[in-house]
Amino acid sequence: MDHPVSISIVRYIVVLPLIGAAINFLAGAWLQKTFGKRIISVLGCGVVALAFLLAVREFFAMLALAPDSRFMLDSLWPWIHYGGLDIDIAFWLDPLSMVMTLVVTGVGGLIHIYSTGYMHEDESYWRFFGWLNLFTFAMLVLVLGDNLWLMFVGWEGVGLCSFALIGFWYKVYPNTTAGNKAFIVNRIGDLAFVIALYSLFAALGAVGHPTLVTREVAKYAPMLAGMPGYLGMTMVTFVTLMMFAGATGKSAQIPLYVWLPDAMAGPTPVSALIHAATMVTAGVYMVARMNFMFVMAPATMTVVAVVGGLTALFAATIGIAQNDIKKVLAYSTVSQLGYMFAGLGVGAFTAGVFHLMTHAFFKACLFLGAGSVIHSMGGEQDMRKMGGLRHHMPITFATFLAATLAISGVPPFAGFMSKDEIIWQAFAHGHTVVWGMLMVGAGITVFYMFRQVYMTFFGDFRGTHEQEHHLHESPPSIAYVLVVLGLLSVFGGLVKIPDFIATFKPFETFLEPVFSSPLTRQVVESGIHSRGTEAALGFVTFTMVVLGWLVADLMYRQKTIDPERFSAAFGGVPYNWVLNKYFVDEFYDFTVVRPYLAMTRALAWFDLHVIDGVVNLVATVTVLVAWLSGLFDSYVVDGLVNAASLVTLDVGGRLRKLQTGSINGYLYGILAAVMVILLVRAMLRV
Amino acid sequence: MSHALTLITFIPVAAMVIILSLPPALKDGAKWISAVAAGLQLLIALWIFHHFDTTTTAAQFVDKFAWMPTYHISYFMGVDGISVSMVLLTALICFISVFASFGINRAEKAYYALLMMLDAGMMGVFVSLDFFLFYIFWEVMLLPMYFLIGVWGGPRREYAAIKFFLYTLLGSVLILLAMLGLYFYGAQNTFDMTVLAANASHYTIGFQRVVWIALFIGFAIKIPAFPFHTWLPDAHVEAPTAISVILAGVLLKMGTYGILRVNFAILPAATHELAWLFLGVIGTINIVYGAMCAMAQTDYKKLIAYSSISHMGYVMLGIASFTAAGIDGAVLQMFNHGTITAMLFILVGVIYDRAHHREIAGFGGLAQQMPIYAGMTGFAFFAGMGLPGLSAFISEVLVLIGAWQTYPLMTVFAAATAILTAGYLLWTYQRIYLGPFNEKYKGFADLSFREGFTLVPLAIIVLILGVYPHAILGLLDTSLAHLNQVVLSTPASAIALLH
Repeated sequence: MDHPVSISIVRYIVVLPLIGAAINFLAGAWLQKTFGKRIISVLGCGVVALAFLLAVREFFAMLALAPDSRFMLDSLWPWIHYGGLDIDIAFWLDPLSMVMTLVVTGVGGLIHIYSTGYMHEDESYWRFFGWLNLFTFAMLVLVLGDNLWLMFVGWEGVGLCSFALIGFWYKVYPNTTAGNKAFIVNRIGDLAFVIALYSLFAALGAVGHPTLVTREVAKYAPMLAGMPGYLGMTMVTFVTLMMFAGATGKSAQIPLYVWLPDAMAGPTPVSALIHAATMVTAGVYMVARMNFMFVMAPATMTVVAVVGGLTALFAATIGIAQNDIKKVLAYSTVSQLGYMFAGLGVGAFTAGVFHLMTHAFFKACLFLGAGSVIHSMGGEQDMRKMGGLRHHMPITFATFLAATLAISGVPPFAGFMSKDEIIWQAFAHGHTVVWGMLMVGAGITVFYMFRQVYMTFFGDFRGTHEQEHHLHESPPSIAYVLVVLGLLSVFGGLVKIPDFIATFKPFETFLEPVFSSPLTRQVVESGIHSRGTEAALGFVTFTMVVLGWLVADLMYRQKTIDPERFSAAFGGVPYNWVLNKYFVDEFYDFTVVRPYLAMTRALAWFDLHVIDGVVNLVATVTVLVAWLSGLFDSYVVDGLVNAASLVTLDVGGRLRKLQTGSINGYLYGILAAVMVILLVRAMLRV
Repeated sequence: MSHALTLITFIPVAAMVIILSLPPALKDGAKWISAVAAGLQLLIALWIFHHFDTTTTAAQFVDKFAWMPTYHISYFMGVDGISVSMVLLTALICFISVFASFGINRAEKAYYALLMMLDAGMMGVFVSLDFFLFYIFWEVMLLPMYFLIGVWGGPRREYAAIKFFLYTLLGSVLILLAMLGLYFYGAQNTFDMTVLAANASHYTIGFQRVVWIALFIGFAIKIPAFPFHTWLPDAHVEAPTAISVILAGVLLKMGTYGILRVNFAILPAATHELAWLFLGVIGTINIVYGAMCAMAQTDYKKLIAYSSISHMGYVMLGIASFTAAGIDGAVLQMFNHGTITAMLFILVGVIYDRAHHREIAGFGGLAQQMPIYAGMTGFAFFAGMGLPGLSAFISEVLVLIGAWQTYPLMTVFAAATAILTAGYLLWTYQRIYLGPFNEKYKGFADLSFREGFTLVPLAIIVLILGVYPHAILGLLDTSLAHLNQVVLSTPASAIALLH
């Protein structure tokens, strides 16, 4: 890029959480034992809070720059300058990474504070904060890395922290299985992602510009247009498709979403931080970051839009039947991420990123609210045992409701601003089917969210007496965080208002330089521009929202419709499938996991008995041959030798008798011999 | 410092002589004499590392004089970019393994004397530039290894030791024949590897092929490459911890080092023609097959042994790629594998010393009893998985990014193995360290200071090379780029690449 680049202090934003993590891991146990948990809290929250303040400072510094020169580079040291790679440990702050940095450190920081209350009783308090800090660091590396390999460092780094935090309560075996599952499924996506990087690097090398520095890739990517790639696709289609496949792992899209619901085994702040607000948005961020390449591959864009739409709808239907308060939110996250991808896929990049941000607000609020409920219920997560909690936990209830309205897309809450924009853009760009899926999904979203609100906060309490006695509002560290996130859920979307209501979109203007490649502009600006249509469709969507709420209200608050009637429909088969998440886990287990394990056992057997068997056979045969040759040696070779000596002895023994000592005898013998010789010669001469 | 290479090779020999002449009353001195010798060796290695000129491909720190002039055999030592990192690795691993040996309490004098002899043999292989000298050191290693496994090993030690000895001897014979072939059919009768390399074009391609394959089998046994690998799990399972550390940390690298030093440099045309099959395909098989076999193991140490086979496959694939990235990555992978696998074997040893068994299924929840040990194992496991930010990530990425340009299909298999590796390592970690605590192991002590002392330096190196790989790559790049260029500029009669 030819824009002037300001040098900045981005490194401190990244390094601060790393320092927190390092201190916690190396000395946390000792600090906690010696000075108590408070010092861990101060350290753990402090580094992230400081990072957030620095990010805010950079934000204002950035605003002071001209819009098309809002890029800041902070290069630390050369990393890999071999084999044609020229990449550094360097951080790159532009409007897109700025938004992400604020979300990661801001929402992340709030979750750190919340954790001081939620995890207070845990003996491994320091370990928890160590991992939270390390996670924040990894996420910042992902977001701020100026090249794709550094992004990948963060990409796998968040996977590691996710693994450790899902299995945080590692004494319970299934928790650790969930952690493993998250890491391994993510690695499947990572494989696709690295293949994208290998082929991108090779392709750019073929046009004379081998590089994986993101801004350089943006510069040279247009030269790849029309280049043939692999599997019959063009290079750009192949690369972007592989990148998106990587995103389906990290951002829990079909077919790799299966790890996310299981990830709820982790402590609730982890679910909020990693599995809602930040890590899972990495794929969305990456696609937005690489927008200049995705727009070059219309086929990939369609795949992104359709997979996003399908996931949005599919996961929403699973959300209907879940009874675990966190599982509902987990599937809701999968579904909302689908909305983000659908937005990106239809070309509404800003809307996708916008939904990423608002979703971080309201989903963090929902998860932390759920955590507050679980805390109050003494660990209970089954909504069928809750009810009427709004009387006991007014702050939790109010904020949870605000976030529910936000995710439902009720104007003017944050989720409305972003989600409505995505749904509209899908239609405007001609993706009618995706639009349909998103709209139906929106109705279902409202239904399952209000089902949750009614089951949890309304009606009569259905748990034990002991639990009822224990019910209480959560401590300030939890309640204040909920209030902040609740306010963000309400007002956080006001930075970009739909066109048909008002022309106010600083968020979009701010991000514009990121989506400014000529082709991206062309894709973004294509499609219908009609405020009338937008308003009309907005009304249709809103009708779906009201419908969804009405059904939930009738079923779970007024109870005039019995949900059992629906679950029993068609012999209970559809309900059963939804309840069991369409048996996808079982399907993967049956088609991938078990055959693989069987195969490894077969190979190990092959190794031991066939390959090593051959080695041992060779050894055995050698020993056998040696033994045989030993026999041969003793009985044949040596036998011959012995035989020869025996014969010699024998003959000698016999001949000895001739040696009589009588001279006469010898002379007669000699004479006889001479005569015989002469006779023979005479005969031969004939 | 003149004669640095002679010193670094023969200091352990001196130590061996001193140890053998110790009176029985002072037998505890053996370990400390070894420690001092290995420490001196490490210091010299660091001195070489510091003074190494990264801009030239010529041999440095040369020690050379005629030895048996009649047969054109010289005492010729020198290091270049291909070997300098291995010298450093050998000194480091030997130093660590002396401390990892402190638990040995039977016939210490003999043990440390043999350990020192092994050390000298390994170092000699990496610094020799005369093929004859190289071969002598190559053979010198065999004997102490045989006794170290066969005397101080586990229950099936004799079987494992003999298997190791005979298998490696078979390889040695092939190398010997190849060496004599190169000597007698060369442009001149010489064992000088730099001269042999300079006259590489003299050999006919048919001759090159035969010699190349003989050498390959000889070196492949050491790597070990499929299907010559089955001695390794047995040797590892029976060997004492420190010997496993040396075996995996240094010995295996001699195979790939030999291929670079001899096959690549002296037989470039055959290399150009045969590498895709013998190094590319077999390397890929090593990667995938090793990982899958590891998954099914029930013995902790055997599992790590198979993971070693898998990780060495990356080295083969990288050098077969004929790209700067691939070959740089391969030699860096040799170094990284050395440090990471050394950690893994030390960690296996830690629990074996306490529990006296290695059945994965017999453990559980050890993280509760031994948190530092569990944390250190986690670090080593993630390093083994090639987690970004740690050293193996850089080498695997360079290998794969290079291999992709030459063999995309093989690279997909190799890259996909990252999933399998995560699978078996995480599953192993889970079964041993996580979950409910097996009360049987109550009272087990966490890492001792000595164990920590052997692990922490390696961990720090793994960490540093993850963010600053230049420390090693800077040493290699010039020589390897040159070597790669030599092979690439030699036309092969028929190159079949798997595209």
